[in-house]
Amino acid sequence: MDGHGARLNRRGAVGRGAAWGLAVAVPLAFLGLFFALPVGTLVARGFWPDGALDLSGFVEVFSRPRTWRVIGLTLAQATVATAVVVLLGVPGAHVLYRRTFRGRGALRAFVVVPFVLPTVVVGVAFRSVLAPHGPLGFLGWDGTFAGVVAALVFFNYAVLVRTVGGYWATLDPRAEQAARALGASPLRAFVQVTLPALVPAIASGAAIVFLFCATAFGVVLVLGGPRYGTVETEIWVQTTQFLDLRAAAVLSVVQLVVIAAALAVAGRARSRRERTLAQGSTTAVERPLRLRGPGRSAADGAAVAVTALALAFLALPLVTVALRSLRTPRGWGLDNYVALGTTGGPNALSVTVWDAAVTSLRIALDATVLAVVVGGLVALVVSRRPRSRPLRRAVGVLDAVVMLPLGVSAVTVGFGFLLTMDRPLGLDLDLRSSPVLIPIAQAVVATPLVVRTVLPVLRAIDSRLHEAAAVLGAPPGRVLRLVDWPIAARSAGLALGLAFAVSLGEFGATAFLARPERPTLPVVIFRLIGRPGAENLGMALAASVVLALMTATAIALAERLRPGVAGDV
Amino acid sequence: MTTSTHRRRPRPGHARTSARLTALTAASALALTACSAIGEGDGGTDQADDGEGGGTVVLVTHDSFALSEDVIAAFEERTGLTLETRAPGDGGALVNQLILTKDAPLGDVVYGIDTTFASRAINEGVLEPYTSPEAGEDVQELAVDDEDHLTAIDVGDVCLNIDREWFAEQGVPEPTSLQDLTDPAYRDLLVVTNPATSSPGLAFLLATIAELGEDGWVDYWAALRENGVKVAGGWSDAYYVDFSGPSSEGDRPIALSYASSPPYEVPEGADEAPTAAMLDTCFRQVEYAGVLAGAANPEGARQVIDWLLSPEVQADIPENMYVYPADSTVELPESWELFAPLPPEPLTLDPGVIAENRDAWIDTWTATVLD
Repeated sequence: MDGHGARLNRRGAVGRGAAWGLAVAVPLAFLGLFFALPVGTLVARGFWPDGALDLSGFVEVFSRPRTWRVIGLTLAQATVATAVVVLLGVPGAHVLYRRTFRGRGALRAFVVVPFVLPTVVVGVAFRSVLAPHGPLGFLGWDGTFAGVVAALVFFNYAVLVRTVGGYWATLDPRAEQAARALGASPLRAFVQVTLPALVPAIASGAAIVFLFCATAFGVVLVLGGPRYGTVETEIWVQTTQFLDLRAAAVLSVVQLVVIAAALAVAGRARSRRERTLAQGSTTAVERPLRLRGPGRSAADGAAVAVTALALAFLALPLVTVALRSLRTPRGWGLDNYVALGTTGGPNALSVTVWDAAVTSLRIALDATVLAVVVGGLVALVVSRRPRSRPLRRAVGVLDAVVMLPLGVSAVTVGFGFLLTMDRPLGLDLDLRSSPVLIPIAQAVVATPLVVRTVLPVLRAIDSRLHEAAAVLGAPPGRVLRLVDWPIAARSAGLALGLAFAVSLGEFGATAFLARPERPTLPVVIFRLIGRPGAENLGMALAASVVLALMTATAIALAERLRPGVAGDV
Repeated sequence: MTTSTHRRRPRPGHARTSARLTALTAASALALTACSAIGEGDGGTDQADDGEGGGTVVLVTHDSFALSEDVIAAFEERTGLTLETRAPGDGGALVNQLILTKDAPLGDVVYGIDTTFASRAINEGVLEPYTSPEAGEDVQELAVDDEDHLTAIDVGDVCLNIDREWFAEQGVPEPTSLQDLTDPAYRDLLVVTNPATSSPGLAFLLATIAELGEDGWVDYWAALRENGVKVAGGWSDAYYVDFSGPSSEGDRPIALSYASSPPYEVPEGADEAPTAAMLDTCFRQVEYAGVLAGAANPEGARQVIDWLLSPEVQADIPENMYVYPADSTVELPESWELFAPLPPEPLTLDPGVIAENRDAWIDTWTATVLD
């Protein structure tokens, strides 16, 4: 008997090792081939222009005063915007994920819309609000630092709300309740009990927001005007306009350093606070929102006020887009929407907007599947705390590396694709023209979001649950299925929705790979708004409204997709 | 365990589960059926066909490329070729992408290299010379070099546009020249775009250099800055936010756009255009096509260039790409004849001179106007 058991155990250990190996290898191969290789190749071109290493670019680029100003501005914009997003987003996460009220699902879907709208449309909408003649013109924010920060907040609010909200919703409220019962004020209970528990999720979300802000391109270009260049816009100019790959490579390294630093800070904040939290508790986490009568809470009132303000701020440019989409040369009407079924004014487009919408949906579906598989595997691997030190360190590195796609310029990725995908791995297969590359490019960007959404939840699973299950004789697969999956699945809907939204709205890398005969919705919108005339503008705005509605619907559906869970009845 | 009784919204558990199940099934069904882009059989893009009997010809172009479907179909039918297009970016990015991918070209033929990047493309060796038998006098006149590395296909003039209604209402005379714009009467009325990030912006910078010369343009821009010029990031932004034209709601009645823009602002049935191009501020942008060095199908590439010069395509160009055909004998659409005359004497610069100085000019411009 003993011998049999040992043999089984050994075979189990080998199988387990192989399974974990595969779980590591698949994401690494995917990101290595479709991210590290293209980016590395392009940056290497800058440093090895003629086969010999040439680092003189560093001296030259750093001796330009403009470089330092650009770096300073990048850091300032991203830091301020991230701070504002956190301040507005944490109350938002509370209201939207811890309280129930009528219309909550719609609001949750609504906040994601800005995240996917093409920057050029938001830019036009935002600027029409902020411009001297616009409704908020009195603020004088047009073309200023404040204007850029406002736009960055607009785009990234949803990221924080969803990362923190998804985690908070599964947090056991009993600790806070106990503190309150023992006489702590709501504020004190929040600051001393709940907030520390939320730090991992806030750090996660803030890190993503920071990366998005530090690498924002279109928003900065449109909203900040030419004075507020960032490292990202500078890389774009150097690469696409001047083909100064040396300068672009130096700036890419700068970007990498900034990002690595941001990730390190976030990682520290996470791990210092990281502890096992009783999740998946049996107590109801969500409570109805009561602003009046018995059971009302001042804290809720404050959170609702902040959230209402934030939502109004999100709504302003969106309403502008929606209203203008209804305006036609002959007054108000649905003409612009009727036009979506055509190819526009005199041959403005090669396909109808609806065709483009279908293309976008198909691509987004593929990208979502890829991102959820790759991101899910990474999250699973990274959520483990191996006993051996080197392994633990390796897991930490994987955790950081997988975030990089968020922080590297879309131009670098796009140009890198063109350089490396003609014969990937020496295969005789020109991927550059293949429709497959578009969802892949989008999945690379969506993967980190999936990881950051699922990981905090997985990490918080009490490792004693794993041990207990193992001791009781459950094979590893069963442990995964019965312990990790039910808890992770709750955040899977969120992850799915975000990945889908990212893919629907992605424009940067897609633009470099776009196939004119099958354009995506953002590409079509970009094209329409690049042409003169009320007809083209109207169609661009109507198409943007369609994109917004598609996103909101996808998010709302994804949230309903949380599979039934034993402890969740 | 007092679990489910605490839920505030008691709902029959099985109903919820079955709703979820339905949603899940529906989603997986969707995923499994033809909804995927990867799974989608994509007949037109069979790479393997490239070498065989000239089956496919790949046209690399910018993101504004468009021609009527029947014009493309007629070409495919006549030649037996399948025309595939790739649009990896806008004008400047396009040339730089071609340079980067010189060793493994993105396609066989390129269309959309403009005046400002023409010389760089030729100097970097991404093009093969080809003299098309279809090239008439107009096209030959626009040639960049003697070996015909590039063939002119269309002409798109970048001009300042004015909102005529605004000037009529305010009783201010319409400006006509670049020099007018430094006049205090036109203070805070002009919006242009950044030449570092926008191709019309670069064209307008070149217009000022062509008009005022190497010595005069920097002072001119300093004076424009003094007079309140606004610089937007891109065309859409300048035209739809800052410009006061009929389809926009801005407060600046002079905006950088194209000679071809005014017809698109004319209300149906009107016989006067609410906006107009200032014909003395126009910079001539020529767009060229060329055979890519290392093309898999060079014969097909040459056929594409001949076709682009054919009367059918030349006549199809204006309304599809908002530019003028290079062949001036081709008739323009009626509304263009009326509201978008081709500027008779546009400003021009030699592509070689542009290639040599572009980066330095942009740096100087940035220092003068922005810093």
